[in-house]
Amino acid sequence: MLFLSQCINGLQLGSIYALVALGYSMVYGIIRLLNFAHGDVIMIGAYIALLTIGAGLHPALAVGITILGCVLISVLIEKVAYRPLRSAPRISLLITAIGVSLLLQNLVQLFFTADSRAYPSTAIIPARAIQLGGLSLSLSTVVTILVSVGAMLGLHLLIQKTRMGKAMRAVSEDTGAAQLMGIDINRVISITFAIGSALAGVGSVLYCCRYSVANPTMGSLLGLKAFVAAVLGGIGSIPGAVVGGFAIGFAEVLVTALGFSAWTDAVVFAVLIVVLLVKPTGLLGRGVAEKV
Amino acid sequence: MMLEVRDLTVYYDNIRALKGVSFSVEEGEIMTLIGANGAGKTTTLITLSGLKKAQSGSIRFLGKEITKTTPQSRVALGISQSPEGRRVFPGLTVLENLEMGAYLRKDDFAPDMEKVFRYFPRLRERKKQSAGTLSGGEQQMLAMGRALMSRPKLMLLDEPSMGLSPLLVAEIFEIIRRLNESGTTILLVEQNAALALKLCHRAAVMETGRIVLAGTGEELSRSPAVQKAYLGG
Repeated sequence: MLFLSQCINGLQLGSIYALVALGYSMVYGIIRLLNFAHGDVIMIGAYIALLTIGAGLHPALAVGITILGCVLISVLIEKVAYRPLRSAPRISLLITAIGVSLLLQNLVQLFFTADSRAYPSTAIIPARAIQLGGLSLSLSTVVTILVSVGAMLGLHLLIQKTRMGKAMRAVSEDTGAAQLMGIDINRVISITFAIGSALAGVGSVLYCCRYSVANPTMGSLLGLKAFVAAVLGGIGSIPGAVVGGFAIGFAEVLVTALGFSAWTDAVVFAVLIVVLLVKPTGLLGRGVAEKV
Repeated sequence: MMLEVRDLTVYYDNIRALKGVSFSVEEGEIMTLIGANGAGKTTTLITLSGLKKAQSGSIRFLGKEITKTTPQSRVALGISQSPEGRRVFPGLTVLENLEMGAYLRKDDFAPDMEKVFRYFPRLRERKKQSAGTLSGGEQQMLAMGRALMSRPKLMLLDEPSMGLSPLLVAEIFEIIRRLNESGTTILLVEQNAALALKLCHRAAVMETGRIVLAGTGEELSRSPAVQKAYLGG
């Protein structure tokens, strides 16, 4: 029973990492950018939720505004900071992403101080226990897993079945050829950022509901771990991000369950090192092959 | 005149790849550009499609100035390209690749897909397969089929014979001829000068970013300079 409840715990944490890792992988897939500001968008989402709930808005509305806020800020970042660098060397883009990350952290610090704040978790998902067989689960765990899995299925359908999803895959495989099809790549890139950050917005709410705390630097560690998840699964690969997210979630829970909770972060980053040494393309990443 | 190119100059950083290229393509014809590697043939085509920006000069298509327009607006006007090296989307299926070719179309493109499958029956057999698993010849067919899906008025074909067996090359060239007969104007870039000159109505020879010779396919086949440089005679 303990094993089972730990598995569900891993599923909950893993689904949050997966949601965030998807945003990393989608953006990398489409413009080959490790968007290090992705984690900070999640932090912004946490503060938007704090403010809207604090202002007395209905939780559902507050969650909606949070997700919308994450989308808008990401699309804005892409337009202002990344688009002018479309033909610049990739290292310039990467450094810009780090700069945007620092900017967001410091802006929030400026307005809200560096102190941690209590996140109104129970206002969003009431603290309630659900009995399932002999298992007692918190409502937030169940909601997290269901919402994440739902979001991932939705994303899968969008990418596989819709015209825009196919265009996104086409742009990520060959931007030039996609332009020859008449695909407006700027629009596709904007939409990719929007979808990735909508998932981040959902992830932000679920993550904060689990830990009930928000602070200006919370995005860095969460972002880095999701980045490790994306690399583990194969950066650029959508299913890879999901697999990597769950793997990292389970690894953390396992390490904690074994009594080494202080070591969870170290284990996650050790995974990154091992992946980069042994299989840099990740579990589901594609190697590059040329056909004559 | 369907396409009119005047004094086109294109740079790659500091290297001038096109040094004032002028030519035209008339409606209903097959025009071909031949020349050695690095002569500027591919640069010409990707500039016509808008992937590369021209430094100076002008491109007019059906009377409209398009030199500074976006690639997607040129596709919408009726220019479509089957690029060098095919560049099919390897992770997308054959069907999805063809759908991408019809990306800008709002009407029903099922009849065009049917047409593509009639030209290239092998694509129908492989329609559910991802394009990366196709052979080189099949990928070439897919690249051409994909370019047809936008119902182009002018089709730009870059090296359709590259890397293919002589049998396949003959098959592809036969299809180009049929496409042209059914009303598609074609601008063909080829290193296989003998075949291209036989197929085309008019041709131009490019050397180091310039057009050095132009005429009908027959005239150029007979030209001693062309024979010496490109026809191995």
